[in-house]
Amino acid sequence: MSPRRVTGGRLAWLGSLPFLAYVGLFLLAPTVIVAVGAFTDVANRPTLANIRVLGNRTVLDSFVNSIALSAASAVIGAVLGAVLAWVVVTGNPDGTLRRAATAVCGVLAQFGGVTLAFAFIASIGNQGLLTLALDQVGPRLSTGWLYQLPGLVLVYSYFQIPLMVLVFLPALDGVRPQWREAAETLGGSSWQYFRHVAVPLLTPAFLGALLLLFANAFAAYATAAALISQGAIIAPLQIRTALTSEVLLGQANAGKAIALGMILVVAVAMTLYALVQRRSARWLR
Amino acid sequence: MSAEVVPGVAPLVTGAATAAAGPGLRRRAVRRRQGLRVVLLVLFAAFFAVPLLALVEFSTRGSGGIGGSRSLSGWAQILDYPDLVGAILSSLELAVLTSVLSLALLVPTMVWIRLRVPQLSRVVEFLCLLPLTIPAIVLVVGWAPIYLWINYFTPRAYQSSPLALTFAYIVLVLPYSYRTIDAGLAAIDVRTLSEAARSLGASWPTVLVRVIAPNIGPALLNAAVLSVALVLGEFTVASLLNYVNVQVAMNNLSQQNSSVAYAVATASLAAVFLLLFLLSLASRRRTRGSSS
Repeated sequence: MSPRRVTGGRLAWLGSLPFLAYVGLFLLAPTVIVAVGAFTDVANRPTLANIRVLGNRTVLDSFVNSIALSAASAVIGAVLGAVLAWVVVTGNPDGTLRRAATAVCGVLAQFGGVTLAFAFIASIGNQGLLTLALDQVGPRLSTGWLYQLPGLVLVYSYFQIPLMVLVFLPALDGVRPQWREAAETLGGSSWQYFRHVAVPLLTPAFLGALLLLFANAFAAYATAAALISQGAIIAPLQIRTALTSEVLLGQANAGKAIALGMILVVAVAMTLYALVQRRSARWLR
Repeated sequence: MSAEVVPGVAPLVTGAATAAAGPGLRRRAVRRRQGLRVVLLVLFAAFFAVPLLALVEFSTRGSGGIGGSRSLSGWAQILDYPDLVGAILSSLELAVLTSVLSLALLVPTMVWIRLRVPQLSRVVEFLCLLPLTIPAIVLVVGWAPIYLWINYFTPRAYQSSPLALTFAYIVLVLPYSYRTIDAGLAAIDVRTLSEAARSLGASWPTVLVRVIAPNIGPALLNAAVLSVALVLGEFTVASLLNYVNVQVAMNNLSQQNSSVAYAVATASLAAVFLLLFLLSLASRRRTRGSSS
């Protein structure tokens, strides 16, 4: 056998060529197509016309709506998720509750799309279980809001809360019981411990999780698309409109400009997330 | 809401009070905290359970409304829609293709990187985790022209086959597969194993298939199951690139015959939940086995 160096020769990287080629073609190329396409017209000439689409009343509104929806569902998901995580973490660390909650949250955090939309239509839609059940005892529940922003906030909470539990549990685990005991020994009340020890310690982790939830909601498409079949009240649905009717609009690359706008919003959220994450890693490990 | 989080109705129990009144007050506070936990747990459980129960209820609703008789006709009629059955089969094929091909792409690369070009490992990690940051809805916009080319080069008879989605799905599962395989490889001594096999005359393919793969079996299974779960639930890419998988077919059908659509939704959800739940059970047994 010929002697080989521990790390390969100059050509060793060729072994990863299939992978790099695949990723280049199906991950990097689409990203470049979006980024470049946002600034070119159908004949590949540079133009700012697509970017100007972002200033359209409807498109601008859809971005505002998307950001409001993501922020609302992130705050609700983060607060309620933190409460649930607290309920779980104050139990036995090796108990059934802890194990079941982590397993269920792991599944539900990934749950979304058509089935989730169906589940909520089946609960509080026109013919939904809760709607019909309430019909028998009282006045009719209005159901139209399910297909608008408030409905989306509720439906998104269904995967945001479990995601928060998954992200926040490790942070809560990092809070040592000794710190609480120290606070009590010094005569501090539970409220003082909560206000002056737990909250300052957990704030970076909480903010990080909040940003992660924001990005998660902002990127979600399938649930909203299944719930709202007509119209485009949020940015991802604007992309659907652009993709399905771009010939009619005469703005072939408008969808790419909207997609680029989405990338920018997510990038800002993820950058902030990385910064916050670095800070929270200092204490809780 | 957040005010209730305060560990055990705190403001009343000051440190001085605890010291003066002894353990009794403290015990009461603990008991009240237990009560609060139970109430919250029930509320959360209801929030998560009701939509799922409603889904099952809707798919089995008979003629008499919610109080009326149960009917399985929605479930039975699934077979009456050949397009729907075709879409279900396509999704299953896609799931198998995606999980197998993504492993075939990732495992050799990651082993090779570890052994020969560790300086590339950060690049590969970055690339694999990138799909977490770029939303699928954005990638679809970039995939649309690429899929025009793919369609151009496929024989006419196969042009509408959703199996072409495999290319996109491999990208979507990259982050999950990468993480599980990376954890698997980190747990074994890849270098020693492969050098031992090589010195005994094994070829690289033999090393991969007969030495590395069996040693990271659980990680491979894990990655495959995650891929299957993701592909079975995928809607965004398929619907916007005009391919019909189970989610798209379900969504289209919900306008005409909702009970059949909801039956399929329930079935697909149950399948995914079961897969993921078995996975978490299996992985827990493994971690417990290895730690003891």
